[in-house]
Amino acid sequence: MAEQLMKYADAVAKYEPVFGLETHVELSTNTKLFCPAHIEFGGQPNSQLTPVSLGLPGSLPVVNKTAIDYAVKLGLALHCDIAEWSQFARKNYFYPDMPRDYQISQYDKPLNGEGYLDVELDDGSVFRVDIERAHVEDDAGKNTHVGGSDGRIEGADHSLVDYNRAGVPLIEIVTKPIEGAGERTPEVAGAYVRAIRDIVRALGISHARMEQGNMRADVNVSLHKKGEPLGTRSETKNVNTFKGIEKTLTYEIRRQAALLEAGGEVLQETRHWDESKQATAGGRVKSDANDYRYFPDPDLVMVHVTREHIEELSKQMPEMPRERRARLKQEWGFTDLQMRDAVNADALDLIQESVEAGSSPAGARKWWMGEISREANERGVSLQELPITPQDVADMEALIESGKLNDKLAKQTVSGVLAGEGKPAEVVAKHGYQVVSDDGALESAVDEALKANPDIVAKLKSGNMKPMGAIIGAVMRATKGQADAKAVSKIVMQRVAK
Amino acid sequence: MDVMPTFTREEIEHLGDLARIALTDEEIERLKGELNVIAESITKVQEVAGDDVPATANPIPLEAYLRPDEAEEPLTQAEALAGAPATEAGMFVAPRILGEE
Repeated sequence: MAEQLMKYADAVAKYEPVFGLETHVELSTNTKLFCPAHIEFGGQPNSQLTPVSLGLPGSLPVVNKTAIDYAVKLGLALHCDIAEWSQFARKNYFYPDMPRDYQISQYDKPLNGEGYLDVELDDGSVFRVDIERAHVEDDAGKNTHVGGSDGRIEGADHSLVDYNRAGVPLIEIVTKPIEGAGERTPEVAGAYVRAIRDIVRALGISHARMEQGNMRADVNVSLHKKGEPLGTRSETKNVNTFKGIEKTLTYEIRRQAALLEAGGEVLQETRHWDESKQATAGGRVKSDANDYRYFPDPDLVMVHVTREHIEELSKQMPEMPRERRARLKQEWGFTDLQMRDAVNADALDLIQESVEAGSSPAGARKWWMGEISREANERGVSLQELPITPQDVADMEALIESGKLNDKLAKQTVSGVLAGEGKPAEVVAKHGYQVVSDDGALESAVDEALKANPDIVAKLKSGNMKPMGAIIGAVMRATKGQADAKAVSKIVMQRVAK
Repeated sequence: MDVMPTFTREEIEHLGDLARIALTDEEIERLKGELNVIAESITKVQEVAGDDVPATANPIPLEAYLRPDEAEEPLTQAEALAGAPATEAGMFVAPRILGEE
């Protein structure tokens, strides 16, 4: 049965959304949180395990120091109150991906307490998201449902479990309820999760690849009318794309508004985002937090992070993404829009590396955001996956600067590099690309073109420069694109002035 | 003084459900009695600990040893699966799962 939805504009005009995000970030430590099993994406199933990751009787967890340091760094980036003493607790539930039948998480004594993150929106305005906590916990394994028609739980005969991911360190960043975003709720949520992604990458504490499940979010949202108590929320679990997070909020706001408007009630339930249906679907009624029967894990004593150590880690903090962007924008002289496009295309590092390799910022931007982005879109891959490097771009710019290539030849050279023909110099040599400038060949090509177009010559002589392009075009054709347009134009002017 | 907590029959049944343990009527009655004695003891401890006693999560005056992030030899896949009742394609076979966590 299709659910009733209210038009989004009407829904946010009538109701105030209040939302919250629980963002899970997998840390890129070498080994798991509680045992020295190496972590690697895409390994043979059940090949990255120790007795601890399997929860075998008699095995005991030992905390990974790097995971704690990474979590402290994130706490510093999110301006959290970092607890000198924190504690792991057991969260009890039965599910086959959790071999111990409890997750080791943190409950009343998380490592990172309250903090905040200022999130920049598309129009340049800043929205402050308050953080409730950012605690450390271990991940579960991965279930594959077998026998169903579409791999979903419904209709499956049985499930297969790979525990490689079980025990991978996670940080769960929990926001406070976020109010006042109104119709911009999905945008704020998307910008917030992207900001978290950028921060953990800048800190070097997570690969933060959403497609590999390194990051995922539980999306909570409720609606209420101004001045009235908060409404009942729904929780959509494990949304693993930025767009999915935004769409979940849009959908839930529309669905809940229609429900409330019809006099119905929102169920406190967990839902999931169904990408194929572009809708959230109901799951089960959420269990009471008490049902998890949290208690301090008796296998683990408290984790002590000294003030001195936190101070030491704070000195290792890199420049944060927002500050870095502001600085680069200034240095490069980009407009807001140019900067945002580069960020959204994930081209910032590539442009920076090109500039470091000698390119002008404008030149680097032109290539990465132009020809190269087009090629990436066509192939459906990221810029980083294409066979062209920042050094190649800088070399291209040098060839253009020195007058060895014109725009047209430069584009052909880039096409060659993208087609795997080699480095720019190799592509130039292979095709014999060379700008024909002030030699006799160019002059005779111009003369040919002028002779073939007496009417244009007449216009040029009368001071009408509009047909100049036609002559340049003819010379380009004659020289197979190797002419320097500026040189051609100069010769034409000399000829018609006579 | 804190009010003495008491476990009801329904709460014992609920705890049994959460632990996936089927309890007989007799077991429920016995557990109800035992748990209420435990709750009573905890209430006494709370009475003794006044405002001057700081709350503590762990009685052991120790801090966790933090190990370096260095990998050690893992179990082989065969070793990892050795205790599994059934396996398929290098994975543990679990019964059909109802409802996602």
